[in-house]
Amino acid sequence: MSQSPAFVLNVLETPEDPEGSQEPSPYDESEVHDSFHQLIQEQSRWVAEEGLELQQRQPETGALGASGSDHETMLGPEGAPVYSMATLRILASMPSRTIGRSRGAIISQYYSRTVKLRRRAGRPQLRDMGRSARPSLRLYDLELDSAVLEEEEKRGLLVKELQGLTAAQRDHMLRGMPLSLAEKRCLREESRPPRGKHRAQRHRGLLSCCDQLRDSCVLASHNLGLALLSGLQALMPWHYALKRIGGRFGSSVLSYFLFLKTLLAFNTLLLLPLLAFIVGVQAAFPPAPTGPVPAFTGLELLTGGGYLTHSVMYYGYYSNATLNQPCASPLDGSQCTPEAGSLPYSMPLAYLFTLGAAFFITCITLVYSMSRSFGESYRVGSTSGVHAITVFCSWDYKVTQRWATRLQHDNIRTQLKELLAEWQSRQHRRSACGQLRRVAVLGLVWLLCLGTTLGCTLAVYTFSELMIKSPVSAEREAVLLLLPLVVCLLNLGGPYLFRILAALERHDSPVLEVYVAICRNLILKMVTLGILCYHWLGRRVGTLKDQCWENFVGQELYRLMVMDFIFTLLDTLLGELVWRLFSEKQLKRKGKPEFDIAGNVLELIYGQTLTWLGVLFSPLLPAMQIIKLLLLFYIKKASLMANCQAPRRPWKASHMSTVFISLLCFPSFLGAAVFLCYAVWQVKPSSTCGPFRTLDTMYEAGKVWVRRLEKAGPRVSWLPWIHRYLVEDTFPIYLVSALLLAVIYLNIQVVKGQRKVICLLKEQISNEGEDKIFLINKLQRVYERKEKSRAGRTEEAVTPPALLTDGWDAQ
Amino acid sequence: MGNKQTVFTHEQLEAYQDNPFRQRIAQVFSEDGDGHMTLDNFLDMFSVMSEMAPRDLKAYYAFKIYDFNNDDYICAWDLEQTVTKLTRGELSTEEVSLICEKVLDEADGDHDGRLSLEDFQNMILRAPDFLSTFHICI
Repeated sequence: MSQSPAFVLNVLETPEDPEGSQEPSPYDESEVHDSFHQLIQEQSRWVAEEGLELQQRQPETGALGASGSDHETMLGPEGAPVYSMATLRILASMPSRTIGRSRGAIISQYYSRTVKLRRRAGRPQLRDMGRSARPSLRLYDLELDSAVLEEEEKRGLLVKELQGLTAAQRDHMLRGMPLSLAEKRCLREESRPPRGKHRAQRHRGLLSCCDQLRDSCVLASHNLGLALLSGLQALMPWHYALKRIGGRFGSSVLSYFLFLKTLLAFNTLLLLPLLAFIVGVQAAFPPAPTGPVPAFTGLELLTGGGYLTHSVMYYGYYSNATLNQPCASPLDGSQCTPEAGSLPYSMPLAYLFTLGAAFFITCITLVYSMSRSFGESYRVGSTSGVHAITVFCSWDYKVTQRWATRLQHDNIRTQLKELLAEWQSRQHRRSACGQLRRVAVLGLVWLLCLGTTLGCTLAVYTFSELMIKSPVSAEREAVLLLLPLVVCLLNLGGPYLFRILAALERHDSPVLEVYVAICRNLILKMVTLGILCYHWLGRRVGTLKDQCWENFVGQELYRLMVMDFIFTLLDTLLGELVWRLFSEKQLKRKGKPEFDIAGNVLELIYGQTLTWLGVLFSPLLPAMQIIKLLLLFYIKKASLMANCQAPRRPWKASHMSTVFISLLCFPSFLGAAVFLCYAVWQVKPSSTCGPFRTLDTMYEAGKVWVRRLEKAGPRVSWLPWIHRYLVEDTFPIYLVSALLLAVIYLNIQVVKGQRKVICLLKEQISNEGEDKIFLINKLQRVYERKEKSRAGRTEEAVTPPALLTDGWDAQ
Repeated sequence: MGNKQTVFTHEQLEAYQDNPFRQRIAQVFSEDGDGHMTLDNFLDMFSVMSEMAPRDLKAYYAFKIYDFNNDDYICAWDLEQTVTKLTRGELSTEEVSLICEKVLDEADGDHDGRLSLEDFQNMILRAPDFLSTFHICI
């Protein structure tokens, strides 16, 4: 941050020249040098006269001693390590050194910041700038370090400036000030606008009323929230659990549990409109039962069929008529008169629009959280700086247990050693032969992994075709569990195989290993799901012509979810508990297995994809997912506490959170949205069940409604108009896409420009640093010369004149 | 609360966490810099180390914590102290000095051989993890 330094140089007595060309230009180096020399002389004279002692802190002397006795503090062209006391005194009162120390400096810094905020001017006015290329030193006022007297004035000014800000800006400014809480409280009290001054603010008018109203609302809700919080601690049951996890395992493992919490929020967001508009309404108006309802056996919980088929759980239960509007004779073409006081509720429309709206809201929320997460973890023009970041930002202050802090010490030491080793290995370039060998090994491993994925895909495809060819009777519903079993087995075994194969290749950076592992696992899971989607929408629709294929697909997804949960439990049990016991008893190793963060997060993403895929066919699937996530939290936490340790690799938690949210958005949500769009637009719904049974596609329900609105009359004609010209016509879509592309291109250019500006500013900082060193060295030389001349004068006074005359005579 | 002023010595705080910078934290947040905190200082500390504190405020106090000789700059000696405390003295001297050199290379903007507050804040801006690691949960 650049502050305009405030010091004036009254040295050059240039008279007011009519031509105005007598100002020293920066190219008159000697002029500038002389003027600065005179400034220094003035300063030292003033210092000597006033006896200005730095009254600040005791550690100052210690600091001086330490910096003097230890290493060199400054690198100058002559490398002068020790400065005289006078130089040090002046250095100590430089603005950049007083910021960290005295309250007065902090207050004046924040005063200038507040003024800038109020004026909203980033740059000073051009007419205040000097006419030379670099502002000459004459323009600035000398602000001497009489900090104690001015502090009260500065504080008063700051309070006045704070009063001029809005409440939000004031709070933001106060929160960022490095002062103690008591002082901030005082400042806030003093800067709150007094109540009686309505007349003075009258000219702001409505805006201040709204501000005050909003302030009081915010304050009231905040107080209410605080009051509720202490009473409703049960609504946040995980705060203490998360704190314990963070305290024992650090931020990296905590990011998995925070991601779980995020997914819970997304599912709740999805479930609420579905419950309100679809499930609740249909449950209040149950349709007539079509046949005998099978008895409830325990197997339904696994297969999702049987008793559950004819319940609110699946698509087939929902009626295709308008509810709450019993028509006596709909066939003779006359209008149905609704009963008095009832609201007709069209179930197909409600189904379509609620699902569409829920997905739209989920999409907006996902994109917003992804962009916010991205904005926090990506910086324009930043170089890596990995050593500095490891030294200053890797110690996790959350960790409280002794053994966990030991582990952190070890981890940081390993990280630093790895960084040094990486740097040293980069110094010794690998030979061409070694490079070729590395590329060959990488290519081979990737081929093997992709081959494994292809093999798994073929297995799933073959098995699904087999399931189609052998139809399952109602008694042997357990056979339906075989396909999900095969899929889950492959999903479990695949990542372990990839891990074994990855041991062959040796990556330079451990972060790259994690990314590559995530990539491979993701490809496997998404391709498997893709094959299953083709199997359902492509093949099953054809084979289940007269039956309710949507119910079947919903049940398949239910089965997949349940199997996935069971296999996750198995994986936790085998991978963590059994492995720990095995390694302790048999292998006699002390180390516990590491908690595999990436693998577990991918499992969560996979489960969420299944939910989004199935929500069209089974509106209660998000509720299942919520129950599953709740159980998973407690099981994973218990297993973590008992069996695992934190990962040894450096784990950039916020970077990885961004990656996870992006993975949730791009392959997962986008894939589910594409699947749903295809199902709604292209596939013929079954004719025996569900809310769309008489239509060609599900989307037709909307078209039918729009056509009915057109016939209804001119009052609602804008809706059909919108539908005809904006939705059915393709031109607006092209226009919107073109606009989006233009906006993206503009943003890219802006970022490029910002990068250039950052480079220029870095250069400028470097130049200013060199200037500072140059000036300090000059200062030091001035003082040295003064000391020498003073010493010389005292010597002359001391030596008797006889010696001098002898010396003179000798010459 | 009320009028009672409770003074926390840094031995009491030591029992709470095993942080290598606990003495520096106590010194930075105490009023006289000697490590004895009053209740107000204690609240200041938790306010700065909480989730809601803005990044610049945390960076300011982190700078003061890592500035062992209190000269408002993180010089090479401060860096060596930091690295030694982070690794509990298990790195060799050459490794420590090499790391300090690389840190100064990366973070020193005005090339004066030490980090000023602005250099530190600039570096913190590039580290999005700082907000989550410089955080104590109550």
